[in-house]
Amino acid sequence: MITPALPANDAIANRAIALTTRGLSKAFGSLPVARDIEINLPVGARYALIGPNGAGKTTLINLMTGMVAPNAGQILLGGEDITTLAPQERVRRGLARTFQINTLFAGLNALEAVTLAVAERRGLSGQFWRGVGSHSEAIDEAYEILRKLRLGEFCYQVTRELPYGRQRILEIALALATRQKVLLLDEPAAGVPQEESGDIFEAVASLSDDLTLLFIEHDMHVVFRFASHIIVLVGGAIFTEGSPAEIAADPGVREVYLGKRKHG
Amino acid sequence: MPPKAAALSPQAYLQAQSHWHPLEIAFWLATLLPFFLFPDYLSLASQIAITALFALSLDLILGYAGVVSLGHAAFFGIGAYTAGIFSIHVWGEPFSGLAVGAAVAGAFGYATSFIVSRFRHLTLIMITLGLGLLAHEVANKAHWLTGGSDGLQGVRIWPLFGFFKFDLYGYTAYAYSLAALFVMFLGVRRLVHSPFGLALRGIRENWVRMPAIGADSRSHIRTAYTIAATIAGVAGAILAQTTQTVALESISFQRSADVLVMLVLGGAGRLYGGLVGAVIFMVARDQFSGIAPQYWYFWIGVLLVTVVMVLPNGILGGLSHIYARWGRK
Repeated sequence: MITPALPANDAIANRAIALTTRGLSKAFGSLPVARDIEINLPVGARYALIGPNGAGKTTLINLMTGMVAPNAGQILLGGEDITTLAPQERVRRGLARTFQINTLFAGLNALEAVTLAVAERRGLSGQFWRGVGSHSEAIDEAYEILRKLRLGEFCYQVTRELPYGRQRILEIALALATRQKVLLLDEPAAGVPQEESGDIFEAVASLSDDLTLLFIEHDMHVVFRFASHIIVLVGGAIFTEGSPAEIAADPGVREVYLGKRKHG
Repeated sequence: MPPKAAALSPQAYLQAQSHWHPLEIAFWLATLLPFFLFPDYLSLASQIAITALFALSLDLILGYAGVVSLGHAAFFGIGAYTAGIFSIHVWGEPFSGLAVGAAVAGAFGYATSFIVSRFRHLTLIMITLGLGLLAHEVANKAHWLTGGSDGLQGVRIWPLFGFFKFDLYGYTAYAYSLAALFVMFLGVRRLVHSPFGLALRGIRENWVRMPAIGADSRSHIRTAYTIAATIAGVAGAILAQTTQTVALESISFQRSADVLVMLVLGGAGRLYGGLVGAVIFMVARDQFSGIAPQYWYFWIGVLLVTVVMVLPNGILGGLSHIYARWGRK
């Protein structure tokens, strides 16, 4: 196993905050799924969000991206209050996400899908008098993203016919096409064999130092390898947070999360 | 993946998608055949061209954006009534009547698009159905304006360019309908291959993902719905002008349902799906109603069930599947 990505930590301390939540709360009926969540995500951070099933990890990402409206609290992106903005408005301001369950354009091929995302970001999608094929810059950009993620040679294949692992990478490619500042990854390697899940995180880790990352992941090897900071969520509330070393040594975390996993 | 595509650059690959296929050119040349081969059927040919244009307009929202409508005849009817009433109260010049019919239908499309773009699935089907029924009843009730169930009488259309009369033989009618269909088709074809067309396909393929890539799906749907309503209005206006009357049937639920059937028969989400579906449906109707005038829908039902069961992507979907498999060998 490789040591945690600690060097990034020093740099983060002096950097600005990319994404903040203040007192973020949400209940589905009488069931609280987010309780007073306070998170500060520094620019360039690599944060992992862990917790047992049903802890509210995906809900938190849904709240941050505007797919679910909070009952209380605030979300700030680079200091701007985005709490009431529509999901697409948040994306245009640099907050992107991927989905735990593939949420792709099944009938489009990878090139079309990523070109679509690039065209949306470049504000080309209202154009109906020029062919897609004439927008060479957007196409080159889309292809470059696919090539970097090693999807270049599969880019003419219809999404639904791509192997599952490649579909997971296409999830990330679509998010990257938005040129996000903050990227929220909801179990990017879900359903991918363990030996391949490292590849997916390598692809993400190699992106850019400026990119702020929050990812949900169950595989502790991956978490300790790629995260600079870990947030433990239990029952919709932040149980504890800290560096990988601190979390690994925390007996409480072992009990609620790590311990349970070994039995389960 | 076709082996040839691997050699293409990404840009060349996307450009190639909008290239004209020889079969397309053959199709449009074939549309000229009725002038020579079936001069007695030019009125039917004209009706087919109008219906094909109507189906094309539905394909834009249903086939490309995945917006199912059961009330699309509202725009066809609004176009037809507007063009008819325009010829009675203003003048009979066909092009201006066509433009006014299209504009009024488009305006209604734009107004209702704000409701339509907010819903999906069954809710959307019920809303479009309701709006369609509403339009029908308004046309039925406003007897003083539309002639209600008696139909709009007194439509008089001047000769095209002041020279070509809309006569009983249907030469002018078919030329006019076919030209309008072709021009509108070129526009839709361009749109479908544009970034906007790609965004519509994105909405159809995954409504949830679109906001996550920064897309405003509702705004896209409003635009597409307005364009589709305008084209449906053109089709309706041409029917009013070439037949010089407007029946209440032109704004009925039956027409909304028929055009949906045609599109599904031909293959939704393919430029030629509505066109091929309209040809098959109209010819079948003409033939079947000759055999059993009162029961011809029985055969349409048989055709629909068979096609949907055997060819889930319509006749064109089935053909392109065979073509692709054949091409791979």
